[in-house]
Amino acid sequence: MQKALLIDPEKCTSCLQCELACSFEQEGVFNPAKSRIKVFEFEHGLKAIPYTCTQCSEAWCLHACPVEAITINEATGAKEVNPNTCVGCKVCTIACPFGTINYNADSGKVIKCDLCSGDPACAKACPTDAITYVDANWTGYDRMQEMALVGHGRPAKGAAQ
Amino acid sequence: MSNSPYVIVGAGPAGVIAAETLRTNNPVTPVLMIGEEKEAPYSRMALPYLLAEDIKETGTHLRHTDGHFDTRGIEIRNDRVSAVTAAEKSVTLASGGTQAFSKLLIATGSHAIRPPIPGTDLPGVENCWTLEDARAIAAKASKGSNVVLMGAGFIGCIVLEALAARGVHLTVVEMEDRMVPRMMDQTGGAMIKSWCEAKGVTVLTSTRIEEIAANNGALKLTLGDGKSLDADLVVCAAGVKPNIAFLEGSGINTDTGVLVNDRMQTSDANVFAAGDVAQGIDFSTGANEIHAIQPTAADHGRTAAMNMIGIDTPFQGSLSMNVLNTLGLITSSFGQWDGVAGGDTAEITDNDRFRYVRLSFQDDVLVGALSLGMTQHVGVLRGLIQSKVRLGHWKERLMANPLLIMEAYLARTQGSVFGI
Amino acid sequence: MSGGNVKGANAKAQKGMGWQGTVLRVDLTRGEVHKDPLNMEWANDYLGERGLATKYLYEMMDPKADAMSPENVLIFATGPLSGTMSSTSGRYAVVTKGPLTDAIACSNSGGKFGAFLKFAGYDMLIVEGRSEKPVYLNIADDTVEILSADDLWGKTVWETEEWIKTTHQNPQMKVASIGVAGETGNRYACVVNDLHRAAGRSGVGAVMGSKNLKAVAAWGTKGVAVDDPVTFMKAVSETHTALHESSGRKGLTKYGTHAMLDAMQKFGGLPTRNFEDVQFEGAKKIGSRAVREPNENGHVNLLTNKACFGCTIACGRIAHIDEKHFSIVNRPKYRHASGGLEYETAYAFGPLCGVDDVDALTFAGYMTNEHGYDPISFGGTLAAAMELYEMGVLTKEHTDGIELKFGSAEALVVMSEKTGKGEGFGKELALGSKRLCEKYGHPEVAMVVKGQEFAGYDSRALQGMGLGYATSNRGACHLKHDVFEPDMEDQTGKGKAEPCKTSQDQIAMIDSTGLCLFTAGDFGTEGYRKQVDAACPGDWSTERMLEIGERVWNLERMFNLEAGLTKADDTLPKRLLEIPAPSGTAKGKVAELDIMLPEYYELRGWGDDGVPTKDTLDRLGLAAR
Repeated sequence: MQKALLIDPEKCTSCLQCELACSFEQEGVFNPAKSRIKVFEFEHGLKAIPYTCTQCSEAWCLHACPVEAITINEATGAKEVNPNTCVGCKVCTIACPFGTINYNADSGKVIKCDLCSGDPACAKACPTDAITYVDANWTGYDRMQEMALVGHGRPAKGAAQ
Repeated sequence: MSNSPYVIVGAGPAGVIAAETLRTNNPVTPVLMIGEEKEAPYSRMALPYLLAEDIKETGTHLRHTDGHFDTRGIEIRNDRVSAVTAAEKSVTLASGGTQAFSKLLIATGSHAIRPPIPGTDLPGVENCWTLEDARAIAAKASKGSNVVLMGAGFIGCIVLEALAARGVHLTVVEMEDRMVPRMMDQTGGAMIKSWCEAKGVTVLTSTRIEEIAANNGALKLTLGDGKSLDADLVVCAAGVKPNIAFLEGSGINTDTGVLVNDRMQTSDANVFAAGDVAQGIDFSTGANEIHAIQPTAADHGRTAAMNMIGIDTPFQGSLSMNVLNTLGLITSSFGQWDGVAGGDTAEITDNDRFRYVRLSFQDDVLVGALSLGMTQHVGVLRGLIQSKVRLGHWKERLMANPLLIMEAYLARTQGSVFGI
Repeated sequence: MSGGNVKGANAKAQKGMGWQGTVLRVDLTRGEVHKDPLNMEWANDYLGERGLATKYLYEMMDPKADAMSPENVLIFATGPLSGTMSSTSGRYAVVTKGPLTDAIACSNSGGKFGAFLKFAGYDMLIVEGRSEKPVYLNIADDTVEILSADDLWGKTVWETEEWIKTTHQNPQMKVASIGVAGETGNRYACVVNDLHRAAGRSGVGAVMGSKNLKAVAAWGTKGVAVDDPVTFMKAVSETHTALHESSGRKGLTKYGTHAMLDAMQKFGGLPTRNFEDVQFEGAKKIGSRAVREPNENGHVNLLTNKACFGCTIACGRIAHIDEKHFSIVNRPKYRHASGGLEYETAYAFGPLCGVDDVDALTFAGYMTNEHGYDPISFGGTLAAAMELYEMGVLTKEHTDGIELKFGSAEALVVMSEKTGKGEGFGKELALGSKRLCEKYGHPEVAMVVKGQEFAGYDSRALQGMGLGYATSNRGACHLKHDVFEPDMEDQTGKGKAEPCKTSQDQIAMIDSTGLCLFTAGDFGTEGYRKQVDAACPGDWSTERMLEIGERVWNLERMFNLEAGLTKADDTLPKRLLEIPAPSGTAKGKVAELDIMLPEYYELRGWGDDGVPTKDTLDRLGLAAR
């Protein structure tokens, strides 16, 4: 069973420990600007929504990549960017309808959540369980993925398969 | 059931993704991909990075694993298809003979065109379209040389970055009144121009090249205003045209490109088309348009392949969109960025800091967007447009502050559970 | 499992030194920006934030200079742990000479601004001089611009934040700004960041206004790296866990500081009606339960809790006002959620003014955030004005026709807005208690130390707190010492000097790390030591850490002595020294400062005159000048 990040915004206090943990894991420094997970705040801080890649099955980013720099980690299901192959063309950044793959001008490459090879630092750091890493079928993961575009290279409902 | 293979004409991204999709979903029928260039399948998108010497030639390849196509049972043949006989389900090969197909995919892409100007056939005038072109430019665009770039469209601007990285003296000549006229409005185009000029690139807009002439082993260009430019190299980025000449007499309906329906099917039920050659459904207008971009090629290839197998897969239409890095200034455009009749438009401009966002709405749905200087979460503009998310009261907020796109998206897709 | 169990260091971890190594200096008189290397000798002796900023201030200005003059220096400082994964790493301090106290002012704030100032690459922002015209600073990594604030002057804090984020096209930008209060020299104006976090006390916002500096916007994409990432992440994990499991932390998360109101009421340490009493009959109506329960309209004041940057406690309250409440019934603008009641706000607007209306208190809290002034000093000043009104010294003629009686929610609501906007009697309230009461001939009514109003703990009931108030370098303040446990044990001055002095030093150290005081109970000195030791190069022993605290305290003291303060300023108002507490645990007691102060001076190594001896200065590596 593959696991997925389950995000419960109701529990988020907007402390940004997830962003700190992510940037430290991925970049080796504490730097929220380089975090693959981002907390968005609303209404004078009343609500906060942590947001990152759902590792959607459509994998818009992967298919849009002209040089196969994005591949699927078979163990975790994560769509991972190979920085040695990425040329920095940014096509994936406009292809991903969730806006969760972004260009990093410092490295000239794109960055996205790779589930930390199956041990996501954000979930570990979250003090309130707003981010947890759980079996995919418990997450409402499908519901999150329903936000993905419909009818876009996906079989029509009821089509013979 | 025929034993003939699925035949794909063209080995670019649309062809390769279609081939892989065919294999994944139908392991039985053979897949044959016929490519004209003597290269491993590669991406034109990556050529500028090759020119800028960020990557080696292998870095432009669409697939990197040794034997990627062989192990998947995808046969690649270096040849050119000279004609299609749809009624007989066969294609004629330039090398001689014919090849039968069970279903055919036309993914022949497009070719660079040269404007009808005297001297464009001189040595020293190069396209920047194929790997071979890139090699020729790399040989001539040495540090300090004078290079003129004809055309500041999307391709021109991508090449511009690479040429600048090679340290050449660069002059860009664009016929129209602004840079990237098909992906930027006046405001954005002007900002890109002043950005380029600040970086030491000469940009001449609303300027025609009347003639190119040989001049002591180099070139001399005569401009519309009578002035002239010296050049060691002229790079022509004056546009591309779909490769459809071989379809003449095939009975397959073409316009600018190959006309397809929402299953990527041509006027012949057994023939499909995908990628730059396909004039497919435009998401915004529903009309047949060419969107020569990688994500559309990928969507086309995948959709065509599914329908070729017989898995009915409708295509929502491709969204016209682009992202461009002009000497570090990042711009993107989506859908109907110039607005729609009766719709509202929100803009925010900061000329000093090269930042600009423009949103176009129809009612409370985003239908187009431009961004300049924005690198984070731009994809969500596509999400908002293509999912036709009703923005409700967030539209007013976006009208007041167009920067809140990510907040609007989250609020309207996830936030409704707690009322924001 | 979550809460403390963070991942360790990884192969990518980069080596740094906690500090960024750069100080940003902005001279507003000349319109110049300088980027200086951080003085590492000072950093090693004073750590960061409060301590290091105090050192820079002391070296850069004449303590005698008028707080509102261009000669005053205004410092925004982060610490070596700011911006790291240490819990509560979002704090920054504003250090300057305070116009309320004419002494050194050190106000720290949470939110996210401080961390992002550091992510821009700077340990500190030092503002000198005075701009001729209103300006704001835009700091985005290496870009530092002094920009015209002509379009911002007169705007509220909330409008200013939105204007800057929109103008710079960065919704993620963090902004610290002043409202009209700071612009117009309200003596207790504060610097507000992230809409409702504030460097609240001693008038640091008035100093900012005197420099014609409306706002500082910060955005940074530079990381913070530590010296020994492996050990650091281990220390972070241990301290996160300690905090996660602590009952004190759980209480703060659930109730915020508001629960203190219920405790002080029960104990009898809750200053009421300008210290007439120490218990408030309306306490229940404004306590931590009241904000969680529906009122007669079914409205619940408290919505949720939120955290500052990097904070795993999340004591911050987000509340909203009942739409039917008189304060906003015709003002839909204020129907949105915003910062809710914390203890000090609830105390200063509630018991101190005798008001028992939760939504009126919340509205006044909105005003202090929106217009940028200190709720404690405002509450104290309003309480003093109410007393003057009840004495007949002030009349409706003075108060714009408002009946300024204790208990009047209307007076609180109206005056909080007038004070914020600097209108009418609000201009008088903006003077602070000391100047207001002096002006009207009754200095004894002002309940202040060194000109600053008290927090919500009565010195007669909490003796050590009284000593802390009297000796705090920034005037009456509850955050620079922690004698809470001994104070709850008995109500005498005996044995309170030692914990007061020790905790003052420990807190000065904590305030210099970049972390929040609210971790003190769960981290202990060792918790800070091990995080600093792993983050910063060199060896950081317990002795060194505590000595830094003591050094900081003494340097603040020297600043104040040079500014002209004396032993005579280490005192409490007569009302606390002479009039016994009328009720509660300490009924019949007065503040026993006479017992505590001499003992305190001796423990500090100060002479009877309250001046540090040469031995003390030598021991701490300080020199009289």
